[in-house]
Amino acid sequence: MISESRVGKTDMTSEGKNVGLTVSLQDAAVQLENRMIWDNANINVEQGEFIAVVGPNGSGKSTLLRVLLGLQHLSKGHVQVLGETPHRGNQAIGYVPQRRSFDSDVPIRGRDLVMFGLEGLLWGFALSRPSQRRRQHLVEETLISVEAVAYANRPVGKLSGGEQQRLVLAQALIGKPRLLLLDEPLANLDLRNQIAIPQLVAKLARANCTTVLLVTHDINPLLPVVNRVIYIAKGNIVIGKPEEVITTETLSRLYDAPVEVVRDSNGRLFVVGLEQEVAHPHED
Amino acid sequence: MAISYLVTGFSWNLLSDILAQFQYAFMQHAYAAGAIVAIVAGVVGYFVVLRSLSFAGHALSHVGFAGATGAVALGVNPIYGLLVFTVSGAMGMGVLGKRIYGRDVAIGIVLAWTLGLGVLFLSLYSGYATEAYALLFGEILGISQTDLIATLIAGVVTLIAMAIMYRPLLFASIDSDVAEARGVPVRLLSILFMVVLAISVSEAVQVVGVLLIFALLVTPPAIAERLTARPARAIALSVTLALLFTWVGLFISFYLPYPVSFFITTLAFGTYLGVRLWIFVRPRFANVSPQSV
Repeated sequence: MISESRVGKTDMTSEGKNVGLTVSLQDAAVQLENRMIWDNANINVEQGEFIAVVGPNGSGKSTLLRVLLGLQHLSKGHVQVLGETPHRGNQAIGYVPQRRSFDSDVPIRGRDLVMFGLEGLLWGFALSRPSQRRRQHLVEETLISVEAVAYANRPVGKLSGGEQQRLVLAQALIGKPRLLLLDEPLANLDLRNQIAIPQLVAKLARANCTTVLLVTHDINPLLPVVNRVIYIAKGNIVIGKPEEVITTETLSRLYDAPVEVVRDSNGRLFVVGLEQEVAHPHED
Repeated sequence: MAISYLVTGFSWNLLSDILAQFQYAFMQHAYAAGAIVAIVAGVVGYFVVLRSLSFAGHALSHVGFAGATGAVALGVNPIYGLLVFTVSGAMGMGVLGKRIYGRDVAIGIVLAWTLGLGVLFLSLYSGYATEAYALLFGEILGISQTDLIATLIAGVVTLIAMAIMYRPLLFASIDSDVAEARGVPVRLLSILFMVVLAISVSEAVQVVGVLLIFALLVTPPAIAERLTARPARAIALSVTLALLFTWVGLFISFYLPYPVSFFITTLAFGTYLGVRLWIFVRPRFANVSPQSV
């Protein structure tokens, strides 16, 4: 993989903004219909980091992604993504939204879905054959990298959840984004893929020095690959290494209630004592 | 229509049969207009099925009926009334965007009212019921040179619009959330596509009429989407089928004293049935998994 000049450099622009930071939130808050989602967010994410975004349903994990995508404004504070104010259609961001799977009769092949990542924004017809061929080559390469070649010609709707997830991941990655936002990519996956997909994402992100923010409700499959964790609960938001954040002290402070983090013999983490507080009626 | 079958008999020599039919200007116009409408319907219809807009398309044709009869009552060419009403209706639906899904009841209510409006306009125009009949069931054999040119212009405009929108529209139709986040103007595309659909519906009304619009706009792409998962191939197949239904329907109607619309819709329905049956039995014969490519 050719490493480009944009990757991993930390330098200062004339405005004094640190462009080495992929994501920077300062005293940020989001309010939706007079409800405070989260407040006092101070988060700096560096290029190439793999971050898990964890928290109970409705805590505002997806909202954080929407802020970075320029789809949701802050009610206070500042946010910068890749050295600029977030805006819709930032081609340096790859995004996989939270989803139910594709309808079983979606009449499109896996490779067409991946091709959207390159051609979905192009108006008119491909008049130049070489550029068309170059794009097809890139699709092939990306399909190989996510190990999806075997079923790339089958209709998307007929594929399993894990297979679909690899294809949408390929679509998000094909434009060589500097920031990858994945919203609950592990939901509805079997156990094998819950382990395999994070490892695949980590491998590909490392190869391109892509920053990853991955929203999940279960941190355990991600523990082997993440650098840091953003934990959102009860309007509070913290970032830190998993062993710093997912502790009885930090989470009790975050939830403003006594909770306990226990570790089983395999090193898996469980947060207990939350049943009443976290039983939120709606998805976020 | 009724005189046509008296003129020449069917001879089993297809070439001479076609040449015989082409001696008549009305048949030339019918084949040409039918081709334009079929090509446009095949392309636009692919996205109608993909975006689950078939009921909206159907409703648009009824809105168009009110427009056309209104124009007739005013003594204007019905195509203008059709265009004005369908395009405004389409823009209304397009503004709804994603919220159009699950609005079948609201659409149906508007649809019923516009049909009522159409009936009122028809009664104001103290002419013949043939005008209503032509609008409801199509009158491909009565297309004038002027109508043909209007159809051609509208057809070229819609095809150019589709060629420009093709890839972002496909993206937005399959996965609108991601498309929007990536910067595809999803809402604008939704409105533009509805306008294109309105123009196509207005054209197709001439051939198959308001009530039979599905035969060209929905059946061919529905068949194509069952047979292939490649978008470009599906569109090509959908166009081919629409063209085939129209032309074969026309060809047969030259010899049989029944309406063209009947033949077109019957061919469409028969093919759809056949394909579904084939998809159902194929895996049992070939012993392979049902994997269309």
